[in-house]
Amino acid sequence: MLASNLPWLLLHSRNRQSPFPGLGHSGSGSTLLGYIGIDTIIEQMRKKTMKAGFDFNIMIVGHSGLGKSTLVNTLFKSQVSRWSSGWGGEHKIPKTVEIKAVSHVIEEGGVKMKLTVIDTPGFGDQINNENCWDPISKYINEQYEKFLKEEVNIARKKRIPDTRVHCCLYFISPTGHSLRQLDIEFMKHLSRVVNIIPVIAKSDTMTPDEKNEFKHRVRKELETHGIEYYPQNEFDDDMEDKNENDKIREAMPFAVVGSDKEFQVNGKRVLGRKTAWGVVEVENPNHCEFALLRDFLIRSHLQDLKEVTHNIHYETYRARRLNDNGGLHPISANNTQESNL
Amino acid sequence: MTTNIRYKSRIPIKSDETPEEKQYVGFATLPNQVHRKSVKKGFDFTLMVAGESGMGKSTLVNSLFLTDLYKDRKLLNAEERINQTVEIIKHTVDIEEKGVKLKLTIVDTPGFGDAVNNNECWKPITDYIDQQFEQYFRDESGLNRKNIQDNRVHCCLYFIPPFGHGLRPVDVEFMKALHEKVNVVPLIAKADCLTPNEIKKLKDRVREEIERFGIKVYQFPECDSDEDEEFKQLDKELKECCPLAVIGSNTVVEARGQRVRGRLYPWGIVEVENQSHCDFVKLRNMLIRSHMHDLKDVTCDVHYENYRAQCIQDMTRYVKLTQDNRMESPIPILPLSTPDVETDRLIKMKDEEVNCYVIMGNITYTG
Repeated sequence: MLASNLPWLLLHSRNRQSPFPGLGHSGSGSTLLGYIGIDTIIEQMRKKTMKAGFDFNIMIVGHSGLGKSTLVNTLFKSQVSRWSSGWGGEHKIPKTVEIKAVSHVIEEGGVKMKLTVIDTPGFGDQINNENCWDPISKYINEQYEKFLKEEVNIARKKRIPDTRVHCCLYFISPTGHSLRQLDIEFMKHLSRVVNIIPVIAKSDTMTPDEKNEFKHRVRKELETHGIEYYPQNEFDDDMEDKNENDKIREAMPFAVVGSDKEFQVNGKRVLGRKTAWGVVEVENPNHCEFALLRDFLIRSHLQDLKEVTHNIHYETYRARRLNDNGGLHPISANNTQESNL
Repeated sequence: MTTNIRYKSRIPIKSDETPEEKQYVGFATLPNQVHRKSVKKGFDFTLMVAGESGMGKSTLVNSLFLTDLYKDRKLLNAEERINQTVEIIKHTVDIEEKGVKLKLTIVDTPGFGDAVNNNECWKPITDYIDQQFEQYFRDESGLNRKNIQDNRVHCCLYFIPPFGHGLRPVDVEFMKALHEKVNVVPLIAKADCLTPNEIKKLKDRVREEIERFGIKVYQFPECDSDEDEEFKQLDKELKECCPLAVIGSNTVVEARGQRVRGRLYPWGIVEVENQSHCDFVKLRNMLIRSHMHDLKDVTCDVHYENYRAQCIQDMTRYVKLTQDNRMESPIPILPLSTPDVETDRLIKMKDEEVNCYVIMGNITYTG
């Protein structure tokens, strides 16, 4: 083989700081003459992920009457929650907290998403609400266990079905004063296990000033109790993320209003709530922060929610499981746990 | 007064939405969200090249990735090579193009097929591949999975000499030893010593022998029905051209008024990137521009899973042998009490997957 004549191929050979330090490395990055086409790998990935589809599991928690189902329907512009009509039907308060999951496949722009809404009727509705978060905690851990079992299986599926809860929307009652004891207890117990996004429900009962004060007080309380809501400080990857997430953290909890009815305002049809003194427009940023919540949840951080669940919460669970038993016991393939799906 | 909190969302929000856009939830941006992270992290790809010395492997790699990985290489003469065993040498280079970072690792196998007695000369290579699988298996089963390094070999380019009449015994044995561990892509090296007719004959011969000996080379996945015609046509051409006949070059020559990579002969100039001269462009497109991701997927989903299943099965046997319920295994895993027949069947199932790709579609659930 002839010795290569390369001076004109390498325009300059700079010793660039390798983005992967610590690896045995004989060549330095060189400026390229011509186009290789590495950037097309993104398109390749895109095609594959589009074909495979996405899934997203969102849990809604809060005592009854806070407009949880309506809000979720408004977020996804479809009847995705358990109660698909307004006030029809009996809303019986169950004796214990139940976990009800409903899945739908929604499609937009060629992207298919299997959305699962996990409702928790009975939360906070009893006289004695002690430990009412236990069924919820149990459900979340069961999903982690399911995933772990599948992952450890000898013949595991290419795409393990993901039923883990990616996001928990916690509805805070708009009392205008402060968080209730139950709110704090719930979030304390669960913020290390799942991504919690607190929202202030039915915020059309507060004026803008009241809203701001309430939000401020809620944030202070969460800080005092060491409750880290999503996006968590410690998981910011780099400066860019940190700056963006800081702004979001300052604006949370979002004060929202949900509605599935449309009204005519200034010649446009808007989603809103009509009262004698005016129409509350759901998507109007001056009226409430629904649009901010939607953009945050769906348009920018959806994937991140899934990743934090997978890379952090699930890994924590897994590490705990592995440590607890010093290795896992042989489990037969038929031993599946019952879940409430 | 509500302060209008503005934050720069990753996707620009249109302030006045048309009625159609009001129906827009916004999760169509999901693919972009997914890829944003990948682009930030960068990609990696490990390519192995195997074949006798002097087949043009290094030159081809340089041509493919427009780098010079072998600057300081010393070529050995015949005497020095007598007692050589097959070595495994890794070269790593970081390439960035249009903001996308790729960490490319080339695994070289000097000494392969060079000795007088080449019995089992592929063993160091299969051992290396297994080692990478084992490393990954350990990491994956461990406690801290944050920064697992993926050194698994994603593709092996095997260089068949053009001088013979098809596959030689060492070619057949090598490919059979590796076809269930790595994606094998056979190439006809130094194709500029053959005329188009000879190339065609050789390709047909090699294809027929591959089938006859049951060698499972890397299969391109089927095109979707919704792909555009141009892509389907390219895909068809690619499949018909296998094994690809390639030429590499490190030198730039002047041809038809342009500066191109090529080889200058008294009777003409061979241009590497001329599709009528050789299949280099097809190889590059396939390897980098259309199938890189698929090569990685097949490595992860098929070859690695087979290795893993085999590993677990071996461990289960060992556990049964030692009659110990709580074995202090360095790898905390769940050995399943499935009978061996079942595991073998599972492994065979994975094998069949090499030839048909079924991506799990969405299942619609109602209520």
